Amino acid sequence: MKKMFKTSLAVAMSVCMAAALTACGGSGSASSSAPADSGAAAETTESADTGAKIKIGGSGPLTGPAAVYGQAVKNAAEIAVEEVNAKGGLQFELNMQDDAHDPEKAVTAYGVLKDWGMQVSLATVTSAPGAAVSPSYAEDKIFAITPSGSSTSVIFADPDNLSGAFGNVFQMCFTDPNQGTASADYISGHADLGSKVAIIYKNDDNYSKGIHDTFVAEAAAKSLAVVYEGTFDDSNAQDFTVQLGKAQEAGADILFLPIYYDPASLILTQANGMGYKPTFFGVDGMDGILGLEGFDTSLAEGVYLLTPFSADATDELTVNFVNKYKEKFGEVPNQFAADAYDCIYAIAQACEAAGVTADMSSADICAKLVEQFTSMTFSGLTGSEMTWNANGEVTKSPKAVVIQNGVYVGVED
Amino acid sequence: MKEKSSVFSRFGDKKNRGRLMSFALVIIAYIAVEVLLKTGSLGSMFSSLLVPITCYVVAAIGLNLNVGISGELNLGQAGFMSVGAFCGICVSGILAGSITAGIPRLIIAIICGAVLAAVFGFLIGIPVLKLQGDYLAIVTLAFGQIIKSIFMNAYIGIDTEGLHFSFVESNFKLQPGGKMLLNGPMGATGTQKIANFTIGTVLVIVALLVVYNLMFSRSGRAIMAARDNRIAAESVGIPISRTKMLAFVTSAALAGAAGALYGLNYSTLVPNKFDFNTSILILVYVVLGGLGNMTGTIISTVVLILLPELLRSLQDYRMLIYAVVLILIMLVTNNEWLMTKWKSLFSGKAKGGA
Repeated sequence: MKKMFKTSLAVAMSVCMAAALTACGGSGSASSSAPADSGAAAETTESADTGAKIKIGGSGPLTGPAAVYGQAVKNAAEIAVEEVNAKGGLQFELNMQDDAHDPEKAVTAYGVLKDWGMQVSLATVTSAPGAAVSPSYAEDKIFAITPSGSSTSVIFADPDNLSGAFGNVFQMCFTDPNQGTASADYISGHADLGSKVAIIYKNDDNYSKGIHDTFVAEAAAKSLAVVYEGTFDDSNAQDFTVQLGKAQEAGADILFLPIYYDPASLILTQANGMGYKPTFFGVDGMDGILGLEGFDTSLAEGVYLLTPFSADATDELTVNFVNKYKEKFGEVPNQFAADAYDCIYAIAQACEAAGVTADMSSADICAKLVEQFTSMTFSGLTGSEMTWNANGEVTKSPKAVVIQNGVYVGVED
Repeated sequence: MKEKSSVFSRFGDKKNRGRLMSFALVIIAYIAVEVLLKTGSLGSMFSSLLVPITCYVVAAIGLNLNVGISGELNLGQAGFMSVGAFCGICVSGILAGSITAGIPRLIIAIICGAVLAAVFGFLIGIPVLKLQGDYLAIVTLAFGQIIKSIFMNAYIGIDTEGLHFSFVESNFKLQPGGKMLLNGPMGATGTQKIANFTIGTVLVIVALLVVYNLMFSRSGRAIMAARDNRIAAESVGIPISRTKMLAFVTSAALAGAAGALYGLNYSTLVPNKFDFNTSILILVYVVLGGLGNMTGTIISTVVLILLPELLRSLQDYRMLIYAVVLILIMLVTNNEWLMTKWKSLFSGKAKGGA
């Protein structure tokens, strides 16, 4: 009896181990055969199906605190890919991996995508993971355009001196320095908003700190009074009463929040609880606050933010996109979604112009797309006549909007 | 009498078997991975996980020395990794001009990381090891937070005028062309990736050698005696603080070396990476692998790092399933009936072999 148990246990264990091994081997062999056989496999599917598909990869926080951005990008990219495919001609296949806003996981996700045979990429949704994988994109010569990785470290190997651009990593969103400067310019140009600025920013976040630094520099140049600077980090992003109290004490009537919407929602709620009512001014990370579950959106009334996209615009492209997004996912798309949608269309435009086909190697596609992106102009949801320079930066200026009755309303400069 | 001698001989067998098994495991795994790499059948995803796995294995082996052998609960292992990582990155950045070859620079960086972490371990150890149990755990926890805060506020840069260091960002200006090695909360960016799997494996073997040699030496027996009964150990003249310090500092040095290797495997690293969660994660590897069981630690670390990646196909349910699997593993490994069966199977096999 005992022996039987032993044998059965041993058999069970070996089955488990074999299963584990085949699981590893399976994915391994799939990847090894992918580059060699893709041509043949593509041809066979081409005759049977509508055509071989260009593989577009990308990673973003599909789980964790920044998940709204990752989900928005994934959803919008799916819509765009469906639309492009429906037109016939160019065919795309999308694969978004989860990186949980962690550089380490983003590197693994990059490996997963490479195994899958990614030919073009949406890079990463957020900045810190982007900085971790951009060198790999440059090394492996895979064209990447990030919808929302706005930090300079995403496109420059040496962000301190803004030099050593990777060359094949492009941005669809405006860069962080751009946002800080634009915010300071806007506030100093509109004295009715207030004159004394307090800033609360997240000092362990590339994005938040990048905007803060350029904002402070520009504010000094425009002789805008910054009366208080408060910081927080991951470990204490729940209670802001101390920072808010100090800002109130310092007499600040504008509160600049270069942070993501999640902590911003807490700040709005807690400031309301304290009876502190300055003008709140956010940047693109504030976008998404109206879609946050359990947040009283009436608190966001009168909040200013920078975004290149407003869902209530009446042009055909926006209306079409917003309706489709609402229909499919039941919510109003934010700016990240719009950026992702534009990314897919920009890739499609460049691929068509350069005659890219699915059987080309990623390096060939990369060379062609870089050439296209640095020379073409693109009009989409987040701007018209956009161009890119050789560093991968887009020419697009941030626009200020204010939240009124639960929707973004554009304000004129 | 007869009973006793058999116990001793079995202990000796077990000891050697455990040792041999862990070395054999590492070497076989290394050869297997290298063969797969050379034939190109190991995917990019697995290749990208190789170095982090060796880093966590080394850190976990170090922590097991501390938690399993020395019996002190340490919740600050990630803090020591952090010290090693940023030290390694800085050393590598400073030497980048003079030593262009990656491997010697990596080895120097690892050694520096280990030494600095050991120094920190010694300094922390002085007050910490006077405490016991929960108190010690809380102090190491606080240490991890302090280290994180220090690196969040440290600015280190290098330019033509040499090395600059400050805790205040505003008075930090580099000459044009200078390079920030550590930029406060934004951490290190643009690090040259010089870590590789071979060095990682060598580091695992070195860690095993160090820990086994310590465990089965006179000092190691003193450490275990101090763990099992502090008063009895003191009564036979074992200096408790010193023996515990030895384990603590060795553990810190191993974490530092692992950190340096980890830091040089990524082009960017933020201080937040080594927070409390990372300490707990390493502790989970150790507990799951078995306190004092180095082979188990290696296996559990590898499994727990690979698991969430293998579950990627489940997409949205991935982390949920991961948590469920973790709970199941803990339940199974703590199930006495299953474990006795497993052990009897194991010893039966060994007898058959002998």
